[in-house]
Amino acid sequence: MRGLALAALLLFACAAMAGTAVPTVTDPLTNKRAVHLAEQLRCLVCQNQSIADSNAELAVDLRRQINEQIEQGRSDGEITDFMVQRYGDFVLYRPPFKAITLVLWLGPGLLLTAGIAALVFNLRRRRAQRVDEPLSADERQRAELLLAARGRK
Amino acid sequence: MNRFLLPLGIFIVIAAFLAVGLGLNPREVPSPLINKPAPAFTLPQLHQPEKAFSQQDMKGKVWLLNVWASWCVSCREEHPVLMELAKSNAVPIYGLNYKDPRDDAIAWLKQLGDPYVLSIADRDGRVGIDYGVYGVPETFVIDKQGAIRYKQIGPLTPKALKDKILPLVKELQL
Repeated sequence: MRGLALAALLLFACAAMAGTAVPTVTDPLTNKRAVHLAEQLRCLVCQNQSIADSNAELAVDLRRQINEQIEQGRSDGEITDFMVQRYGDFVLYRPPFKAITLVLWLGPGLLLTAGIAALVFNLRRRRAQRVDEPLSADERQRAELLLAARGRK
Repeated sequence: MNRFLLPLGIFIVIAAFLAVGLGLNPREVPSPLINKPAPAFTLPQLHQPEKAFSQQDMKGKVWLLNVWASWCVSCREEHPVLMELAKSNAVPIYGLNYKDPRDDAIAWLKQLGDPYVLSIADRDGRVGIDYGVYGVPETFVIDKQGAIRYKQIGPLTPKALKDKILPLVKELQL
């Protein structure tokens, strides 16, 4: 019981910490949009954190930009474009599908297909190599002896 | 023998990719602003805040825009390189003082020397965002038409200056 309470406490502590990184906007809908956008954008200072998670100064400034632009009535796409124009596709955690990212998007699928193809090919070849030759008279006799010996026990 | 050839080949390819990947610097994100017009700004000058400066004022000249701040450690490291460059008169250097209290910035220049023709003050970092600044110091090479031709992320080194920036500036000045 105590462990459960502690776990709940820790969970809330984490949630509270996560909340502090995003400046609260009075309108909850705007806030939700701002957080959603900030979570999809990479902070370039600490590259494995999103703008929503990071407390780097640049991330704070960019969150302010997002809030201001939402208040100005810009769409999510326009705000994302604003960031991409300045920082490049790298700010997007989900890179766009285009010529330069073709390998990135299709590579894993191609590798998986190649792997499955190789596996199937190998299994088939192995099956083809298996030969079912009948036993010779000698072998048959030995086999019968062994089976008979087991039967007596 | 033959059946080891394929795994060995795959291993060599993977090893080659990893070796190249290890040598790359993930901090250097290519700027989408290269060969695009330098974003417009009008900001107060650091030493004379009543006077404004705009990228428009530099039309027809090749110039460097160096983003710096007194709180930035690498800026100290790069500072002698800038002083040297300013002395050579190869190209005018303008400073974008990024998110810096005015007094700190002026004191910093007084102490270490001022390589800039002039600096402009970007107190809240908005112009910095327009230029895609994420790691001070950064240096932009801007051509006569007002387009960004090169961006150095991180401190200017004598090597970067000699190999990239000065040859580029010379070419653009023709």
